[in-house]
Amino acid sequence: MSYPDDLRYSKEHEWVRVDGSRATIGITSFAADELGDIVFIELPEVGAALSQFGTFGVVESVKAVSDLYAPISGEVVEVNEALRDSPELLNADAFGDGWIAKVELADTAELDGLMDAAAYADETA
Amino acid sequence: MTYSPHTEADRAHMLEAVGVASVDDLFADIPPAVRAGAWSVPPPLVEQEVRAELARLAGRNRIPEVSFLGAGVYRHLIPSVVGEVIGRPEFATSYTPYQPEVSQGTLQSIYEFQSLICELTGMEVATASHYDGATATAEAALMACRLTRRSRVAVSAGVNPDHRRVLETYCSGPGIEVVTVSIDLAEGGDGTTDPAAVEALGEIACLIAAQPNFYGQLEPMRELADAAHASGAHFVAAVEPTSLAVLEAPGAYGADIVAAEGQPLGIPVSFGGPYVGLMAARMASVRQMPGRLVGATRDVHGRKGYVLTLQAREQHIRREKAASNICTNQALMALAATAYLTAVGPIGLREVAELSAAQARHLAGALESVGLAERRFGGSYLNEVTLRLPDAARRHAALAERGIVAGHVLERGEPELRDTLLLAATELTTDTDIARLVVALEETA
Repeated sequence: MSYPDDLRYSKEHEWVRVDGSRATIGITSFAADELGDIVFIELPEVGAALSQFGTFGVVESVKAVSDLYAPISGEVVEVNEALRDSPELLNADAFGDGWIAKVELADTAELDGLMDAAAYADETA
Repeated sequence: MTYSPHTEADRAHMLEAVGVASVDDLFADIPPAVRAGAWSVPPPLVEQEVRAELARLAGRNRIPEVSFLGAGVYRHLIPSVVGEVIGRPEFATSYTPYQPEVSQGTLQSIYEFQSLICELTGMEVATASHYDGATATAEAALMACRLTRRSRVAVSAGVNPDHRRVLETYCSGPGIEVVTVSIDLAEGGDGTTDPAAVEALGEIACLIAAQPNFYGQLEPMRELADAAHASGAHFVAAVEPTSLAVLEAPGAYGADIVAAEGQPLGIPVSFGGPYVGLMAARMASVRQMPGRLVGATRDVHGRKGYVLTLQAREQHIRREKAASNICTNQALMALAATAYLTAVGPIGLREVAELSAAQARHLAGALESVGLAERRFGGSYLNEVTLRLPDAARRHAALAERGIVAGHVLERGEPELRDTLLLAATELTTDTDIARLVVALEETA
Protein backbone atom coordinates (compact mmCIF):
# COMPACT_ATOMS: atom_id res chain seq x y z
CA MET A 1 0.00 0.00 0.00
CA SER A 2 1.23 3.51 -0.68
CA TYR A 3 0.56 6.67 1.30
CA PRO A 4 0.56 10.39 0.39
CA ASP A 5 4.14 11.66 -0.02
CA ASP A 6 3.46 15.10 1.45
CA LEU A 7 2.64 13.77 4.95
CA ARG A 8 4.65 12.59 7.96
CA TYR A 9 3.53 9.51 9.89
CA SER A 10 3.75 8.25 13.48
CA LYS A 11 4.06 4.67 14.72
CA GLU A 12 0.64 5.15 16.32
CA HIS A 13 -0.83 5.60 12.80
CA GLU A 14 -1.47 9.34 12.83
CA TRP A 15 -0.47 11.66 10.02
CA VAL A 16 0.65 15.31 9.90
CA ARG A 17 0.34 17.75 7.02
CA VAL A 18 2.46 20.87 7.66
CA ASP A 19 1.45 24.25 6.23
CA GLY A 20 3.77 26.98 7.56
CA SER A 21 3.47 27.11 11.34
CA ARG A 22 0.30 25.04 11.29
CA ALA A 23 -0.33 21.37 10.81
CA THR A 24 -3.37 19.26 10.09
CA ILE A 25 -3.52 15.89 11.83
CA GLY A 26 -5.55 12.74 11.37
CA ILE A 27 -5.43 8.96 11.46
CA THR A 28 -4.13 6.94 8.53
CA SER A 29 -6.25 4.87 6.15
CA PHE A 30 -4.41 1.84 7.55
CA ALA A 31 -5.65 2.68 11.08
CA ALA A 32 -9.18 3.33 9.86
CA ASP A 33 -9.27 0.02 7.99
CA GLU A 34 -7.94 -1.87 11.00
CA LEU A 35 -10.54 -0.28 13.31
CA GLY A 36 -13.45 -1.09 11.01
CA ASP A 37 -16.55 1.07 10.78
CA ILE A 38 -15.97 4.08 12.98
CA VAL A 39 -19.10 5.16 14.84
CA PHE A 40 -17.89 7.90 17.18
CA ILE A 41 -14.99 10.24 17.73
CA GLU A 42 -14.26 12.32 20.80
CA LEU A 43 -12.53 15.41 19.43
CA PRO A 44 -10.10 17.61 21.39
CA GLU A 45 -11.25 21.06 22.44
CA VAL A 46 -10.08 24.12 20.54
CA GLY A 47 -7.33 25.67 22.67
CA ALA A 48 -6.19 22.32 24.08
CA ALA A 49 -2.42 21.86 24.27
CA LEU A 50 -1.26 18.64 22.64
CA SER A 51 2.06 17.03 23.50
CA GLN A 52 3.75 14.73 21.05
CA PHE A 53 2.67 11.10 21.49
CA GLY A 54 0.23 12.09 24.26
CA THR A 55 -3.47 11.19 23.99
CA PHE A 56 -5.82 13.83 22.60
CA GLY A 57 -9.06 12.05 21.84
CA VAL A 58 -10.83 8.76 21.40
CA VAL A 59 -12.09 6.92 18.36
CA GLU A 60 -14.71 4.21 18.64
CA SER A 61 -15.50 1.62 15.98
CA VAL A 62 -17.97 -1.23 16.00
CA LYS A 63 -15.26 -3.49 17.40
CA ALA A 64 -12.87 -1.37 19.44
CA VAL A 65 -12.16 1.89 21.18
CA SER A 66 -8.74 3.47 20.74
CA ASP A 67 -7.02 6.56 22.01
CA LEU A 68 -5.73 9.11 19.55
CA TYR A 69 -2.05 9.98 20.03
CA ALA A 70 -0.85 13.41 18.92
CA PRO A 71 1.89 13.06 16.29
CA ILE A 72 3.23 16.53 17.19
CA SER A 73 2.95 19.08 20.02
CA GLY A 74 0.96 22.28 19.71
CA GLU A 75 -2.24 24.13 20.40
CA VAL A 76 -5.47 23.02 18.75
CA VAL A 77 -6.86 25.88 16.64
CA GLU A 78 -9.63 24.04 14.80
CA VAL A 79 -11.36 20.67 14.90
CA ASN A 80 -13.27 18.89 12.14
CA GLU A 81 -16.83 19.45 13.37
CA ALA A 82 -18.19 17.35 10.48
CA LEU A 83 -16.85 14.23 12.22
CA ARG A 84 -19.29 14.63 15.11
CA ASP A 85 -22.22 13.69 12.90
CA SER A 86 -20.29 11.82 10.21
CA PRO A 87 -17.49 9.81 11.85
CA GLU A 88 -17.59 7.53 8.80
CA LEU A 89 -15.52 10.21 7.00
CA LEU A 90 -12.54 8.71 8.84
CA ASN A 91 -13.09 5.45 6.94
CA ALA A 92 -14.07 7.06 3.65
CA ASP A 93 -11.33 9.68 3.32
CA ALA A 94 -8.77 9.42 6.13
CA PHE A 95 -6.26 11.77 4.52
CA GLY A 96 -8.81 14.32 3.27
CA ASP A 97 -12.30 15.03 4.61
CA GLY A 98 -11.52 12.80 7.59
CA TRP A 99 -8.90 15.18 9.04
CA ILE A 100 -9.28 15.56 12.81
CA ALA A 101 -7.67 18.80 13.99
CA LYS A 102 -5.48 21.74 13.01
CA VAL A 103 -2.67 22.61 15.33
CA GLU A 104 -0.33 25.59 15.82
CA LEU A 105 3.02 23.80 15.87
CA ALA A 106 5.07 24.10 19.06
CA ASP A 107 8.32 22.61 17.73
CA THR A 108 8.92 21.80 14.05
CA ALA A 109 11.96 19.73 15.05
CA GLU A 110 9.55 17.07 16.29
CA LEU A 111 8.70 16.30 12.65
CA ASP A 112 12.14 14.76 12.25
CA GLY A 113 11.09 11.97 14.57
CA LEU A 114 8.23 10.95 12.26
CA MET A 115 8.27 8.67 9.23
CA ASP A 116 7.93 9.55 5.57
CA ALA A 117 5.46 7.73 3.31
CA ALA A 118 7.91 5.03 2.26
CA ALA A 119 8.97 4.27 5.84
CA TYR A 120 5.34 4.15 6.96
CA ALA A 121 4.51 1.79 4.08
CA ASP A 122 7.28 -0.51 5.32
CA GLU A 123 5.98 -0.18 8.88
CA THR A 124 2.51 -1.33 7.90
CA ALA A 125 3.54 -3.90 5.31
CA MET B 1 -11.10 -30.93 33.50
CA THR B 2 -7.62 -31.12 34.99
CA TYR B 3 -6.91 -28.75 37.82
CA SER B 4 -3.43 -27.28 37.41
CA PRO B 5 -2.20 -25.62 40.59
CA HIS B 6 0.85 -23.41 40.72
CA THR B 7 4.02 -25.38 41.29
CA GLU B 8 6.51 -24.53 44.03
CA ALA B 9 8.74 -23.13 41.30
CA ASP B 10 5.86 -20.95 39.98
CA ARG B 11 5.28 -19.58 43.47
CA ALA B 12 8.96 -18.92 44.13
CA HIS B 13 9.18 -17.07 40.81
CA MET B 14 6.14 -14.88 41.63
CA LEU B 15 7.34 -14.13 45.16
CA GLU B 16 10.70 -13.09 43.80
CA ALA B 17 9.02 -10.85 41.21
CA VAL B 18 7.06 -8.95 43.87
CA GLY B 19 10.01 -8.92 46.26
CA VAL B 20 8.78 -10.87 49.29
CA ALA B 21 10.23 -14.00 50.89
CA SER B 22 7.06 -15.98 51.57
CA VAL B 23 3.31 -16.03 50.97
CA ASP B 24 2.80 -15.08 54.65
CA ASP B 25 4.71 -11.84 54.02
CA LEU B 26 1.88 -10.78 51.65
CA PHE B 27 -0.41 -10.61 54.69
CA ALA B 28 1.95 -8.52 56.83
CA ASP B 29 -0.57 -5.65 56.87
CA ILE B 30 -3.28 -7.78 58.50
CA PRO B 31 -3.13 -7.40 62.30
CA PRO B 32 -2.20 -10.75 63.93
CA ALA B 33 -5.29 -10.60 66.15
CA VAL B 34 -7.64 -11.01 63.18
CA ARG B 35 -5.67 -13.69 61.31
CA ALA B 36 -7.17 -17.12 60.94
CA GLY B 37 -4.83 -18.78 63.44
CA ALA B 38 -5.87 -16.41 66.21
CA TRP B 39 -9.58 -17.07 65.95
CA SER B 40 -11.42 -18.72 68.75
CA VAL B 41 -13.77 -20.97 66.81
CA PRO B 42 -16.33 -23.10 68.67
CA PRO B 43 -16.29 -26.86 68.12
CA PRO B 44 -18.20 -28.35 65.17
CA LEU B 45 -21.97 -28.79 65.55
CA VAL B 46 -24.49 -31.12 63.95
CA GLU B 47 -27.24 -29.54 61.82
CA GLN B 48 -29.78 -29.71 64.64
CA GLU B 49 -27.42 -27.80 66.94
CA VAL B 50 -26.61 -25.23 64.25
CA ARG B 51 -30.30 -24.55 63.72
CA ALA B 52 -30.83 -24.07 67.44
CA GLU B 53 -27.85 -21.74 67.74
CA LEU B 54 -28.91 -19.63 64.75
CA ALA B 55 -32.46 -19.43 66.14
CA ARG B 56 -31.04 -18.24 69.46
CA LEU B 57 -28.96 -15.56 67.71
CA ALA B 58 -31.89 -14.49 65.54
CA GLY B 59 -33.98 -14.16 68.71
CA ARG B 60 -31.64 -11.39 69.84
CA ASN B 61 -32.74 -9.21 66.91
CA ARG B 62 -35.10 -6.56 68.15
CA ILE B 63 -37.84 -6.11 65.57
CA PRO B 64 -39.54 -2.80 66.32
CA GLU B 65 -43.31 -2.80 66.54
CA VAL B 66 -43.43 0.77 65.29
CA SER B 67 -40.73 2.58 63.33
CA PHE B 68 -40.37 6.14 62.14
CA LEU B 69 -36.84 5.53 60.88
CA GLY B 70 -36.07 6.70 57.36
CA ALA B 71 -32.83 8.63 56.81
CA GLY B 72 -32.41 7.37 53.27
CA VAL B 73 -34.25 4.02 53.46
CA TYR B 74 -38.04 3.76 53.58
CA ARG B 75 -40.49 1.03 54.52
CA HIS B 76 -43.25 0.77 51.93
CA LEU B 77 -45.85 -1.82 51.10
CA ILE B 78 -44.37 -4.33 48.65
CA PRO B 79 -47.07 -6.03 46.56
CA SER B 80 -46.71 -9.83 46.60
CA VAL B 81 -46.23 -9.92 42.85
CA VAL B 82 -42.77 -8.36 43.29
CA GLY B 83 -41.44 -11.38 45.18
CA GLU B 84 -43.20 -13.72 42.77
CA VAL B 85 -41.53 -12.15 39.73
CA ILE B 86 -38.00 -11.89 41.11
CA GLY B 87 -38.23 -15.43 42.54
CA ARG B 88 -38.63 -16.94 39.10
CA PRO B 89 -35.48 -18.98 38.35
CA GLU B 90 -35.15 -17.44 34.87
CA PHE B 91 -34.46 -14.13 36.62
CA ALA B 92 -33.11 -15.23 40.00
CA THR B 93 -30.26 -17.29 38.57
CA SER B 94 -29.46 -15.52 35.31
CA TYR B 95 -26.11 -13.94 34.65
CA THR B 96 -25.17 -10.82 32.68
CA PRO B 97 -27.01 -11.06 29.34
CA TYR B 98 -23.96 -10.76 27.09
CA GLN B 99 -25.55 -13.18 24.59
CA PRO B 100 -28.73 -11.55 23.28
CA GLU B 101 -29.75 -14.71 21.41
CA VAL B 102 -30.37 -16.48 24.73
CA SER B 103 -31.17 -13.53 27.01
CA GLN B 104 -34.13 -11.66 25.54
CA GLY B 105 -36.23 -11.91 28.70
CA THR B 106 -33.56 -10.49 30.98
CA LEU B 107 -32.65 -7.82 28.44
CA GLN B 108 -36.26 -6.77 27.99
CA SER B 109 -36.74 -6.50 31.75
CA ILE B 110 -33.70 -4.22 32.02
CA TYR B 111 -34.86 -2.15 29.05
CA GLU B 112 -38.25 -1.68 30.72
CA PHE B 113 -36.50 -0.74 33.98
CA GLN B 114 -34.49 1.92 32.12
CA SER B 115 -37.65 3.20 30.44
CA LEU B 116 -39.45 3.48 33.79
CA ILE B 117 -36.53 5.36 35.37
CA CYS B 118 -36.44 7.76 32.41
CA GLU B 119 -40.17 8.37 32.76
CA LEU B 120 -39.88 8.91 36.50
CA THR B 121 -36.90 11.29 36.29
CA GLY B 122 -37.76 13.08 33.06
CA MET B 123 -34.32 12.19 31.70
CA GLU B 124 -33.35 10.76 28.31
CA VAL B 125 -31.29 7.69 29.20
CA ALA B 126 -30.93 5.50 32.30
CA THR B 127 -28.38 2.82 33.10
CA ALA B 128 -29.21 -0.81 33.87
CA SER B 129 -28.66 0.11 37.58
CA HIS B 130 -25.87 0.32 40.16
CA TYR B 131 -25.15 -1.17 43.59
CA ASP B 132 -27.04 1.44 45.58
CA GLY B 133 -27.77 5.14 45.92
CA ALA B 134 -24.35 5.93 47.37
CA THR B 135 -22.39 4.37 44.52
CA ALA B 136 -24.74 5.82 41.90
CA THR B 137 -24.11 9.28 43.39
CA ALA B 138 -20.35 8.73 43.43
CA GLU B 139 -20.40 7.45 39.84
CA ALA B 140 -22.37 10.55 38.83
CA ALA B 141 -19.59 12.73 40.25
CA LEU B 142 -16.90 10.80 38.37
CA MET B 143 -18.99 11.05 35.20
CA ALA B 144 -19.25 14.83 35.61
CA CYS B 145 -15.46 15.01 35.97
CA ARG B 146 -15.00 13.11 32.69
CA LEU B 147 -17.53 15.32 30.92
CA THR B 148 -16.03 18.62 32.11
CA ARG B 149 -12.39 17.47 32.37
CA ARG B 150 -12.38 19.03 35.82
CA SER B 151 -11.27 17.36 39.03
CA ARG B 152 -13.23 19.07 41.78
CA VAL B 153 -16.80 18.28 42.81
CA ALA B 154 -19.16 20.10 45.17
CA VAL B 155 -21.68 18.27 47.30
CA SER B 156 -24.40 19.78 49.44
CA ALA B 157 -24.29 18.92 53.15
CA GLY B 158 -27.96 18.02 52.62
CA VAL B 159 -26.91 14.87 50.72
CA ASN B 160 -27.12 11.68 52.83
CA PRO B 161 -23.92 11.62 54.96
CA ASP B 162 -23.32 7.92 54.20
CA HIS B 163 -23.51 8.66 50.49
CA ARG B 164 -21.07 11.54 50.95
CA ARG B 165 -18.59 9.21 52.64
CA VAL B 166 -18.77 6.81 49.67
CA LEU B 167 -18.32 9.80 47.36
CA GLU B 168 -15.15 10.75 49.29
CA THR B 169 -13.85 7.19 48.90
CA TYR B 170 -14.56 7.08 45.17
CA CYS B 171 -12.89 10.46 44.64
CA SER B 172 -9.79 9.71 46.74
CA GLY B 173 -8.32 7.30 44.17
CA PRO B 174 -8.35 9.51 41.07
CA GLY B 175 -7.39 12.60 43.11
CA ILE B 176 -10.70 14.42 42.81
CA GLU B 177 -11.26 17.10 45.43
CA VAL B 178 -14.64 17.04 47.18
CA VAL B 179 -15.89 20.33 48.62
CA THR B 180 -18.95 20.40 50.85
CA VAL B 181 -21.49 23.19 50.50
CA SER B 182 -23.00 23.85 53.92
CA ILE B 183 -26.73 24.09 54.45
CA ASP B 184 -28.56 26.56 56.62
CA LEU B 185 -28.71 24.83 60.01
CA ALA B 186 -29.71 27.98 61.91
CA GLU B 187 -32.77 27.83 64.20
CA GLY B 188 -35.82 28.35 62.05
CA GLY B 189 -33.63 28.48 58.92
CA ASP B 190 -34.58 26.66 55.76
CA GLY B 191 -32.24 23.70 56.23
CA THR B 192 -31.39 23.95 52.54
CA THR B 193 -28.48 24.72 50.23
CA ASP B 194 -27.96 28.36 49.24
CA PRO B 195 -27.66 28.73 45.45
CA ALA B 196 -25.72 31.98 45.97
CA ALA B 197 -22.94 29.98 47.67
CA VAL B 198 -22.16 28.06 44.46
CA GLU B 199 -20.39 30.83 42.55
CA ALA B 200 -17.69 31.20 45.22
CA LEU B 201 -16.76 27.52 44.83
CA GLY B 202 -14.77 28.32 41.69
CA GLU B 203 -14.18 25.65 39.04
CA ILE B 204 -16.24 22.55 39.81
CA ALA B 205 -17.26 19.58 37.66
CA CYS B 206 -20.62 19.27 39.33
CA LEU B 207 -22.86 20.30 42.18
CA ILE B 208 -24.69 17.45 43.90
CA ALA B 209 -27.85 18.26 45.85
CA ALA B 210 -30.56 16.02 47.28
CA GLN B 211 -34.34 16.28 46.91
CA PRO B 212 -35.75 15.98 49.54
CA ASN B 213 -32.50 16.50 51.41
CA PHE B 214 -31.29 14.35 54.28
CA TYR B 215 -33.22 16.49 56.77
CA GLY B 216 -36.44 16.08 54.80
CA GLN B 217 -36.33 19.65 53.53
CA LEU B 218 -37.23 20.55 49.94
CA GLU B 219 -34.28 22.17 48.15
CA PRO B 220 -34.52 24.94 45.56
CA MET B 221 -33.39 22.52 42.83
CA ARG B 222 -34.04 24.79 39.85
CA GLU B 223 -31.98 27.62 41.39
CA LEU B 224 -29.22 25.19 42.33
CA ALA B 225 -29.18 23.80 38.77
CA ASP B 226 -28.95 27.31 37.35
CA ALA B 227 -26.11 28.17 39.75
CA ALA B 228 -24.21 25.02 38.79
CA HIS B 229 -24.64 25.76 35.09
CA ALA B 230 -23.43 29.34 35.60
CA SER B 231 -20.19 27.80 36.90
CA GLY B 232 -19.92 25.56 33.83
CA ALA B 233 -20.71 22.59 36.06
CA HIS B 234 -23.17 19.75 35.74
CA PHE B 235 -26.03 19.51 38.20
CA VAL B 236 -26.48 16.12 39.86
CA ALA B 237 -29.87 15.57 41.48
CA ALA B 238 -29.84 12.90 44.21
CA VAL B 239 -33.52 12.09 44.57
CA GLU B 240 -35.88 9.83 46.48
CA PRO B 241 -37.76 7.98 43.73
CA THR B 242 -41.30 7.82 45.13
CA SER B 243 -41.18 11.61 45.67
CA LEU B 244 -40.95 12.03 41.90
CA ALA B 245 -44.63 11.08 41.66
CA VAL B 246 -45.50 14.44 43.25
CA LEU B 247 -42.40 16.65 42.82
CA GLU B 248 -41.09 18.19 39.62
CA ALA B 249 -39.02 15.77 37.52
CA PRO B 250 -35.26 16.46 37.61
CA GLY B 251 -35.23 16.63 33.82
CA ALA B 252 -37.62 19.58 34.03
CA TYR B 253 -35.51 21.66 36.43
CA GLY B 254 -32.21 21.24 34.60
CA ALA B 255 -30.57 18.21 36.19
CA ASP B 256 -27.80 16.81 33.99
CA ILE B 257 -27.44 13.57 35.94
CA VAL B 258 -29.89 11.95 38.36
CA ALA B 259 -28.71 9.49 41.01
CA ALA B 260 -30.98 7.73 43.47
CA GLU B 261 -31.35 4.98 46.00
CA GLY B 262 -34.02 2.76 44.45
CA GLN B 263 -34.84 0.83 47.64
CA PRO B 264 -38.25 2.49 48.20
CA LEU B 265 -39.40 0.89 44.92
CA GLY B 266 -40.33 -2.57 46.14
CA ILE B 267 -37.19 -3.56 48.06
CA PRO B 268 -37.41 -4.40 51.78
CA VAL B 269 -35.49 -2.48 54.41
CA SER B 270 -32.51 -4.57 55.47
CA PHE B 271 -29.12 -3.86 56.96
CA GLY B 272 -26.54 -3.88 54.18
CA GLY B 273 -28.99 -4.34 51.32
CA PRO B 274 -29.17 -5.56 48.64
CA TYR B 275 -30.52 -2.26 47.37
CA VAL B 276 -30.30 -0.75 43.90
CA GLY B 277 -28.78 2.45 42.53
CA LEU B 278 -30.54 4.42 39.82
CA MET B 279 -28.79 6.71 37.36
CA ALA B 280 -30.18 8.74 34.47
CA ALA B 281 -28.71 11.45 32.25
CA ARG B 282 -29.05 13.29 28.98
CA MET B 283 -28.33 11.46 25.72
CA ALA B 284 -25.46 13.86 24.89
CA SER B 285 -23.57 12.40 27.88
CA VAL B 286 -24.34 8.75 27.21
CA ARG B 287 -20.78 7.76 26.28
CA GLN B 288 -19.54 8.85 29.68
CA MET B 289 -22.21 6.94 31.60
CA PRO B 290 -20.87 4.08 33.72
CA GLY B 291 -22.06 0.49 33.59
CA ARG B 292 -24.45 -1.42 31.42
CA LEU B 293 -27.05 -0.08 29.04
CA VAL B 294 -29.65 -2.09 27.17
CA GLY B 295 -30.90 -0.85 23.81
CA ALA B 296 -33.82 -1.85 21.63
CA THR B 297 -33.14 -2.87 18.05
CA ARG B 298 -34.42 -5.06 15.20
CA ASP B 299 -33.04 -8.46 14.24
CA VAL B 300 -32.37 -9.58 10.66
CA HIS B 301 -36.04 -10.58 10.31
CA GLY B 302 -37.22 -7.14 11.42
CA ARG B 303 -38.40 -8.35 14.83
CA LYS B 304 -37.90 -6.21 17.92
CA GLY B 305 -35.01 -7.33 20.11
CA TYR B 306 -32.81 -6.10 22.93
CA VAL B 307 -29.02 -5.98 23.31
CA LEU B 308 -26.37 -4.59 25.60
CA THR B 309 -25.32 -1.45 23.79
CA LEU B 310 -22.44 1.04 23.75
CA GLN B 311 -20.32 -1.66 25.36
CA ALA B 312 -17.14 0.02 24.17
CA ARG B 313 -17.40 2.21 27.30
CA GLU B 314 -17.25 -0.82 29.55
CA GLN B 315 -14.50 -2.63 31.36
CA HIS B 316 -14.72 -5.92 29.46
CA ILE B 317 -13.85 -3.98 26.27
CA ARG B 318 -12.00 -0.90 27.39
CA ARG B 319 -10.14 -2.28 30.39
CA GLU B 320 -8.51 0.40 32.54
CA LYS B 321 -9.92 3.21 30.40
CA ALA B 322 -13.54 2.14 30.86
CA ALA B 323 -16.08 4.70 32.07
CA SER B 324 -16.09 2.71 35.31
CA ASN B 325 -14.23 -0.28 36.66
CA ILE B 326 -16.06 -0.31 39.96
CA CYS B 327 -19.67 -0.94 39.05
CA THR B 328 -22.11 -3.54 37.89
CA ASN B 329 -25.84 -3.65 37.53
CA GLN B 330 -27.97 -4.89 40.41
CA ALA B 331 -30.21 -6.80 38.03
CA LEU B 332 -32.53 -8.63 40.43
CA MET B 333 -33.23 -5.55 42.57
CA ALA B 334 -33.75 -3.49 39.40
CA LEU B 335 -36.30 -6.13 38.40
CA ALA B 336 -37.97 -5.72 41.81
CA ALA B 337 -38.25 -1.97 41.12
CA THR B 338 -39.66 -2.72 37.66
CA ALA B 339 -42.24 -5.14 39.07
CA TYR B 340 -43.12 -2.66 41.83
CA LEU B 341 -43.61 0.30 39.48
CA THR B 342 -45.63 -1.87 37.11
CA ALA B 343 -47.82 -3.15 39.95
CA VAL B 344 -48.58 0.23 41.55
CA GLY B 345 -48.67 2.19 38.28
CA PRO B 346 -48.46 5.98 38.00
CA ILE B 347 -51.59 6.61 40.07
CA GLY B 348 -50.56 4.14 42.76
CA LEU B 349 -47.12 5.69 43.06
CA ARG B 350 -48.69 9.09 43.41
CA GLU B 351 -50.93 7.74 46.18
CA VAL B 352 -47.88 6.29 47.95
CA ALA B 353 -46.14 9.68 47.84
CA GLU B 354 -49.24 11.62 48.87
CA LEU B 355 -50.12 9.27 51.74
CA SER B 356 -46.52 9.35 52.99
CA ALA B 357 -46.51 13.15 52.93
CA ALA B 358 -49.94 13.33 54.61
CA GLN B 359 -48.84 10.98 57.41
CA ALA B 360 -45.61 12.97 57.92
CA ARG B 361 -47.78 16.09 58.38
CA HIS B 362 -50.07 14.24 60.76
CA LEU B 363 -47.02 13.02 62.71
CA ALA B 364 -45.44 16.48 63.02
CA GLY B 365 -48.81 18.03 63.84
CA ALA B 366 -49.60 15.46 66.53
CA LEU B 367 -46.27 16.10 68.29
CA GLU B 368 -46.47 19.88 67.93
CA SER B 369 -50.07 20.20 69.09
CA VAL B 370 -49.34 18.68 72.48
CA GLY B 371 -46.11 20.65 72.86
CA LEU B 372 -43.82 17.60 72.65
CA ALA B 373 -41.77 18.81 69.71
CA GLU B 374 -41.44 21.61 67.18
CA ARG B 375 -40.07 21.81 63.68
CA ARG B 376 -36.38 22.62 63.66
CA PHE B 377 -36.49 24.24 60.21
CA GLY B 378 -38.85 26.43 58.23
CA GLY B 379 -39.40 25.73 54.55
CA SER B 380 -41.18 22.69 53.15
CA TYR B 381 -40.87 18.96 53.76
CA LEU B 382 -42.44 15.89 52.22
CA ASN B 383 -42.31 12.47 53.91
CA GLU B 384 -39.68 13.15 56.55
CA VAL B 385 -39.35 15.93 59.10
CA THR B 386 -36.69 17.24 61.49
CA LEU B 387 -38.17 17.96 64.91
CA ARG B 388 -36.62 19.49 68.01
CA LEU B 389 -37.40 17.48 71.10
CA PRO B 390 -35.82 18.06 74.54
CA ASP B 391 -33.49 15.27 75.65
CA ALA B 392 -33.94 13.53 72.29
CA ALA B 393 -31.14 10.95 72.52
CA ARG B 394 -32.20 9.60 75.94
CA ARG B 395 -35.86 9.40 75.00
CA HIS B 396 -35.04 7.76 71.66
CA ALA B 397 -33.19 5.03 73.58
CA ALA B 398 -36.05 4.67 76.08
CA LEU B 399 -38.59 4.27 73.28
CA ALA B 400 -36.44 1.66 71.56
CA GLU B 401 -36.79 -0.45 74.71
CA ARG B 402 -40.55 -0.29 74.20
CA GLY B 403 -40.34 -1.40 70.57
CA ILE B 404 -40.69 2.07 69.06
CA VAL B 405 -37.94 3.51 66.85
CA ALA B 406 -38.46 7.26 67.06
CA GLY B 407 -36.59 8.04 63.87
CA HIS B 408 -32.92 8.98 63.63
CA VAL B 409 -30.95 10.94 66.27
CA LEU B 410 -29.34 13.67 64.18
CA GLU B 411 -26.73 14.83 66.70
CA ARG B 412 -24.85 11.55 66.12
CA GLY B 413 -23.79 12.86 62.72
CA GLU B 414 -24.23 16.60 63.10
CA PRO B 415 -23.34 17.93 66.59
CA GLU B 416 -24.97 21.26 65.77
CA LEU B 417 -28.34 19.50 65.62
CA ARG B 418 -28.61 18.63 69.32
CA ASP B 419 -31.95 17.38 70.57
CA THR B 420 -33.41 16.78 67.14
CA LEU B 421 -34.98 13.70 65.61
CA LEU B 422 -35.46 12.93 61.93
CA LEU B 423 -38.82 11.17 61.64
CA ALA B 424 -40.18 9.53 58.49
CA ALA B 425 -43.67 8.42 57.58
CA THR B 426 -44.92 6.28 54.72
CA GLU B 427 -48.26 4.85 53.69
CA LEU B 428 -47.55 2.06 56.22
CA THR B 429 -47.48 4.56 59.11
CA THR B 430 -50.86 4.29 60.81
CA ASP B 431 -52.66 6.83 62.97
CA THR B 432 -52.34 4.29 65.80
CA ASP B 433 -48.54 4.23 65.33
CA ILE B 434 -48.49 8.01 65.69
CA ALA B 435 -50.72 7.90 68.78
CA ARG B 436 -48.40 5.32 70.38
CA LEU B 437 -45.40 7.54 69.69
CA VAL B 438 -47.11 10.53 71.31
CA VAL B 439 -48.03 8.53 74.43
CA ALA B 440 -44.57 6.97 74.73
CA LEU B 441 -42.84 10.35 74.39
CA GLU B 442 -45.16 11.88 77.01
CA GLU B 443 -44.29 9.07 79.39
CA THR B 444 -40.55 9.64 78.96
CA ALA B 445 -40.67 13.43 79.32
